Formats: sequence, structure tokens, C-alpha cells
Amino acid sequence: MIFAAILAGGIGSRMGGTDTPKQFLPLGDRPVIIHTIEKFVINSKIDKIIVLTPKNYINHTNHLIEEYIGDNEGIVVIEGGKTRNDTLMNSINYIGENFTINDESIIITHDSVRPFVTHRIIEDNIEASRKYGACDTVVPATDTIVESVDGNTISNIPVRSNYYQGQTPQSFNINKLHSLMCSLTEDETNILTDACKIFTLKGEDVYLVEGEVTNIKITYPYDLKLANTILEDQHD
Amino acid sequence: MINIVYRLKSPKFFEESIDEIELDGVVVRPTYLSICQADQRYYQGSRPAEILDKKLPMALIHEGIGEVVFDSEDNFKSGDKVVMIPNTPFGGDVCRANYSYKSKFRGSGFDGFTSDLIKMESDRVIRIPDDFNLHVSAFIELISVAYQGISKFEEICVTPKDVLGVWGDGNLGFITTLLLKEMFPQSKVIIFGKHQDNLDLFSFADEVYRIHDVPDDLVVDHGFECVGSSASQSAVDQMINIINPQGTINLFGVSEYPIPINTRLILEKGLTVQGNSRSEREDFIGVVDLLSKNPRLFTYLEKLITNVCEINSLDDLKEAFDKDYISKFGKTILKWNK
Repeated sequence: MIFAAILAGGIGSRMGGTDTPKQFLPLGDRPVIIHTIEKFVINSKIDKIIVLTPKNYINHTNHLIEEYIGDNEGIVVIEGGKTRNDTLMNSINYIGENFTINDESIIITHDSVRPFVTHRIIEDNIEASRKYGACDTVVPATDTIVESVDGNTISNIPVRSNYYQGQTPQSFNINKLHSLMCSLTEDETNILTDACKIFTLKGEDVYLVEGEVTNIKITYPYDLKLANTILEDQHD
Repeated sequence: MINIVYRLKSPKFFEESIDEIELDGVVVRPTYLSICQADQRYYQGSRPAEILDKKLPMALIHEGIGEVVFDSEDNFKSGDKVVMIPNTPFGGDVCRANYSYKSKFRGSGFDGFTSDLIKMESDRVIRIPDDFNLHVSAFIELISVAYQGISKFEEICVTPKDVLGVWGDGNLGFITTLLLKEMFPQSKVIIFGKHQDNLDLFSFADEVYRIHDVPDDLVVDHGFECVGSSASQSAVDQMINIINPQGTINLFGVSEYPIPINTRLILEKGLTVQGNSRSEREDFIGVVDLLSKNPRLFTYLEKLITNVCEINSLDDLKEAFDKDYISKFGKTILKWNK
């Protein structure tokens, strides 16, 4: 089976000036999260879309889905967790409690604030995670990466061509992901900011899927303004 | 739903842009596309400046196939292979939709097929069998243009069809000659061309002539001009001279320039000149049916494929257009991975 987990647990601390999490703010004629969910709704390979939101946004999200997408048994909204990995774990637990999965089953995890993800990227994620067990969507780094340990001076300038910027989706074989997550020590859990790191920490390969420069993450107010401007430009 | 479209912003410069599509029709993921001369004219910037100013930015390519991703009416299953019809009527008309001013054409009046997804009305996609050659299927649209012209020729033709002449040894001339042989097996089909290399590929034609080497006593009943550009003037002139009275002259070649025609001989012989451009749903159905019944046509049509390019980036797309431009003959197929 193929599952999609739309991670909408964030409370938008970097957006500023608004109490509404960024995934619920309007992009064009509908909220950001609806644009994102639509990309997964049209993919018939996906058996279930699990949307994970803060607890107090579950009803709101359900209403939005009903308003913009309509009745859809393929979508469920559940509570996310405190951290990104908690949210991911909630989706895995939900799958375990409600579905019978096997060693072929995969999960595509995607930021709810990346509404510009393409059908091609999702398809490539399905193919790569089936074949390799784990994949990450990336674009080559265009800016020079500078490392500074003390925040004042440069400690290292790595070779740019070896570096990529991580986007989402990140997709995994569910059984493999689950067993790796359960084997993490507390120290390992504390340094995790990214699901793919679970695999790399344990010495497992993560395959690269080519992302798109347009697959931006709406993090700051500027991003949303930019995204809206691009859409408005389209309508002129 | 948000969609990413890859548009030609200015000659030789593509860019990503964001578009929105409604989920009220058939959503197709393009798989194999094919470059046409018309696309190449936009890419090279050889259309008049005012046309480029008016039409760009625009996604190019109007020949292609894809796989159905979503259909709001469930007429198509996800994964169905389909050929896409670029002509899009907006309201009925007294003429065929491919000639109607109310129609818009992809890659000319609005965005072509270079995008992540394409939303089409249900009647703008035709299912193709799974065993079709996908590289050839990518240019079914071009085949349908020849098919359309030949169907219209059949409707107006009043004299015998014993000898049919095709002028032009390029892609369209090849396809037209092949279809005429298939659709009129009793007729003798003669190809007239300029390039011996190309003419050597017309093994299915009954006779092959270089245009400067045509016997004085040769006559044809009907002529098909597949030359285009300024060279179509000499082709049409030769045609008018050797065609039998009340024959038909079927024009297919696009020219950016007005072409002078010997009207005196047209009058004297009572000839009918018919223009042909683009195609409609019935022509696509006709071609899919013809290819299904005669799969050996694929082996001939495969000879037209000169380049197959994998497109993973906009640089790949640019490279494919450049490669196509320097190819003297044949079709460039784009395996669309972008």
C-alpha cells in the first residue's frame, strides 16, 4: 500500500504577525494546505492521505477539505506531534492501527507548506522508495555553503557540488522506517531534524530524487507574498 | 490545483512558471512529445517580432501523448495512454473546428504540452492501445494533419485518382505519401523531392523523382504540396504544370511569405486548390484506427525518428531543440521526465 503523510503540525513561529499557522493562510483562492493535498488526491496510486495538524486545527482542516475537495474517503485528518518526528510517528501508528501493511508498503511524507510539488516528483518518490527503501527530494545547492561553528568566523567552506538542498517529499519503506525509529537512542532522537537522518544515522542509503526550484517551502511572510504574486501574475 | 508549466519566455530561453488548473476534466501527465517546425520557429525567434511579443511566454509543443492521472467523469482510468488533441474549440461553428476562429491551438494560441500536468476536456484526448510504438505515437498529431487533408481531398475530388503526386521529401511528405499508399492502394503514388538522401527512404512510393529530373510526359491527377516556406512556390508551379484538368492541389506546407501562383493555368485546367492545416478529433480517431489495423505502418514511421532526447531539465529541452534544428530530416522525440 502507498500512504501519503501531509505534515501540517507546525504552528508557524517564523511567519510573524499572524496567529494562523502558515499552511492555513490563503494562496490564491484557497488555503496553502488544500493546494498541497490536491496534488496527492489526484494520484490514484496513493491509498490513503493522512493529514497531521495541531489538535485544535483538526476540525478546521476537515471543513476546508469538505469545502474545497469534497467528500473524500481517501483523506483522514489526525493530530500531529510536538516535533516533526513525533508527527511522523503518529502517522506510522495510525497506519499500523488501521491497515495491514507488508514489506512493500511505503509512506510519502510531505510538508503541507510546499504546495508547488509536482506530480513528477511524487511519482519519482514512489518509484525510488519502492526500489531503494528511502529517498529524499533535493536540488543542487546554488549558493556557496559556509560552515561556522562559533557563528562569527568561517570554519569550513565545503565543495558546493557535493551539496544539495533538501526539499520534500521524503519517502520510506514503512516497515524499515518503523524499525529504525524504534531503535533510536535518546541522544540520536534529540539531534534529529529530518526523517532521512534516521536512515543515515543507521548507515542506510537514502536515494536522491531531483526536486524543482519551484518546490519552495512557505516559511516566511515573504514566501507567501512571493507565491501569491506569482499566482496573481498568472491570472493577469 | 497548482501546476508547473515550462514556457518559452523569449527565443532560446525557457522558464518555470506556475499555473492553476481546475479538476473538472481529464488531467494528463505528458510522457512523449515531439518537436514541430512551428515550435522551432518560436524557439529560434524566426516568427515576426510582433507575434513573438504577443504570444510569449508560452509553453511550446502540440504533438504528444501522455498518461491519464485523473478524470473527474471517470471515462478514463488512471494510467490510460492517450494522444492529446491540441485544437480546442470554444463554441460551435459552421466550419470544421480546426479552421474555426473560435478555436485555440496549443503551442500557438495558448500553452502547449511542456508542463508537469495538462488539463484537457474529455473529448480532447483519445485512448491509444498499450502496444502502440510510443515514439511514433508522439507525432500522431502530425499524422492526423495529413489524414485530415487526405480526407478532405477525397470529399472534393471529381476526377480519377490513378496517379497522385506528393511534393516535398520532409516529414509531412513522407507521412502523406505513406497514408496515400495505404488509403488508396489502387493509385500510383509518386514522390517529388530535392534531397536524394531523403528520397531514398520513400521505399513504399511507386515512383520517385528529383524535381529537376522529371520526364516531360509525366502527368498526375492530383497533387499534394508538403514543401512549405518560399520553396513551395516552385513546387506548386511544377504541380500546376503537370496536373491533369480538374485535378486538385492540396496545400499542406506553411510559409511565412505570400506565394505567387499561376492562376491562369488553374483557370484553364479548372483546378481546385484546397488549403489544409491542423486536425480535429475525427482525424485522430481515424489515425489511431488506421495504425491499429495496420501495425506495420509503425515500422515505416519509425524511420522518421532521428533524435530521442530525455528531458530532465530545461537545459535538456534547450539541447533537444538545438539538436532538432541541425537535423535536416526527421522528428525529435522528447521523453518527458521533467
